Amino acid sequence: MSLDHATVRRIASLARIRVEDHEVEPLCHELNGILGWIEQLNEVDISEIAPLTGAANMAAPLREDVVTDGGYPEKVLANAPERIGDFYVVPKVVE
Amino acid sequence: MLTDLTIAAARDGLRAKDFSAVDLTMAHLHAIEALNPRLNAFITVSHAKAVDQARAADVALAAGEQRALTGIPLAIKDLFCTEGVRTTAGSKMLSPFVPPYESTVTAKLLHDGAVFLGKANLDEFAMGSSNMTSAYGPVENPWKRRQDDTAVLVPGGSSGGSAAAVSARLAMGATGTDTGGSIRQPASFCGLVGVKPTYGRCSRWGVVAFASSLDHPGPFARTVQDSAILLRSMAGHDPKDSTSANLPVPDFEAACRRGVKGLRIGIPREYRSDGMPVEIDALWQQGIDWLRAAGAEIVDVSLPHTKYGLATYYIVAPAEASSNLARYDGVRFGARENGGDLRDLYERTRAEGFGPEVRRRILIGTYVLSAGYYDAYYLRAQKIRALILKDFTDAFGRVDALLAPTAPSAAFAQGENMDDPIQMYLNDLFTVPANLAGVPAASVPAGLDANGLPLGLQVIGKPFDEETVFAVSTAIEQAARFTALPSLRAGG
Repeated sequence: MSLDHATVRRIASLARIRVEDHEVEPLCHELNGILGWIEQLNEVDISEIAPLTGAANMAAPLREDVVTDGGYPEKVLANAPERIGDFYVVPKVVE
Repeated sequence: MLTDLTIAAARDGLRAKDFSAVDLTMAHLHAIEALNPRLNAFITVSHAKAVDQARAADVALAAGEQRALTGIPLAIKDLFCTEGVRTTAGSKMLSPFVPPYESTVTAKLLHDGAVFLGKANLDEFAMGSSNMTSAYGPVENPWKRRQDDTAVLVPGGSSGGSAAAVSARLAMGATGTDTGGSIRQPASFCGLVGVKPTYGRCSRWGVVAFASSLDHPGPFARTVQDSAILLRSMAGHDPKDSTSANLPVPDFEAACRRGVKGLRIGIPREYRSDGMPVEIDALWQQGIDWLRAAGAEIVDVSLPHTKYGLATYYIVAPAEASSNLARYDGVRFGARENGGDLRDLYERTRAEGFGPEVRRRILIGTYVLSAGYYDAYYLRAQKIRALILKDFTDAFGRVDALLAPTAPSAAFAQGENMDDPIQMYLNDLFTVPANLAGVPAASVPAGLDANGLPLGLQVIGKPFDEETVFAVSTAIEQAARFTALPSLRAGG
């Protein structure tokens, strides 16, 4: 599988990363280089193998469904690039 | 010189009142002042805070209260969130970020009395093997080629600043994280001990996430014993990390004294790659001979899927990264680049905030998770990951630990391996499988190459059996008698 320019633009759009026109060709080349190298995995027989999602090898722990944290908006908002009161500010999304 | 002491020796010296914690911290702060402008090992030096922590350590010592790390000055990889101290992850994206909380691992170190000198440089979001992707500039390896002492070598990565700081005696130990080799490879490049414990041994809470199923916090130190002291403080169950193991933390320091008599050590034949430098092959053979002489039995083993480890990793890690790094949207924290509408704000913020390697990995990850390609890439990689784990499980049915090289080369120069991302990825050839399987592994300095640069050997153990890793690592350390020093070091 080889990526074309349109696919690179689509992936960048899905990832919400702005890519300038002059960056598409070099990115396409780099990504195809990596994906081409990854193709070697196709030679492995994976029939009847269950996928491994992680190395933890344990059941997900459960806890009581109670609030254990929170109640400090100043700390939460301290790193906001822009705020008004206890709110984050973003460009208008509803006309 | 106080900066030459091991953590174990400094612990004894502090107890005996041979020097104060403030003396010890000041010696390291002076070393940082002298050498950091050149090495760039620290992104942030927390001078005042370190002195305050050292004073508090002296008060505790005067009251006869000495904990495991009271007064020991450490460097903290700038991927661990530290309350009130800027945490950048080596990225422009987090340049304004001051965490309002402390990571579990650093909180444990502080609880044990450690002094934090500052935040160590790293590859951006821990993605790299050279520290060249940091938005805060590259780190210089304190070691020099004997024949060419003008070449600036990389310290390895991603924990390059941590490794350079400990190697140059700017810190007695450091934290790192290892997602595909980011502790062990820089440890090998800088002549240090670096330990990646079992997945789940050290909490990931408060560590800026790269690939959650592969990220492992762990220590750097100049001796195996020191790394055992640090790991014991860093490890332990944390309910805030759902993958944290609820198991007691053994006395790793005691395990260093166990010896290897009667242990069965596996030599994975697939790690003998074509084109591996003769010196590394010879060092590996030397390590085998050392362990045999110390009473271990050497067993030939096979890990047949080793060669697929890297390609598997370069699907799994970018996939997880693309998901983890979705949080950097310019709205809640971190840098923001204003645009027309909200979508434009996201896209400009992320284009401006991420460097080329991070962008590359997010795009690969987005692609392999996208509709229509998930089965062909991500699901296939997860299945091969299961085969790689099975290789280790089968081998550990026959042996107690494995011995292999850490990295396929010694430290390379800045600018080398930079043209092709895959060339850089190959650095992690021998380290990635232990991340995919979650098994503990350490790199121990074992010798020098023809250029006088350090080379490490890697010890890989069974899940949650770091104790055997420490025992075998100590045997190698004792046999190797690695006493070489880097050219650039405090007082050097």
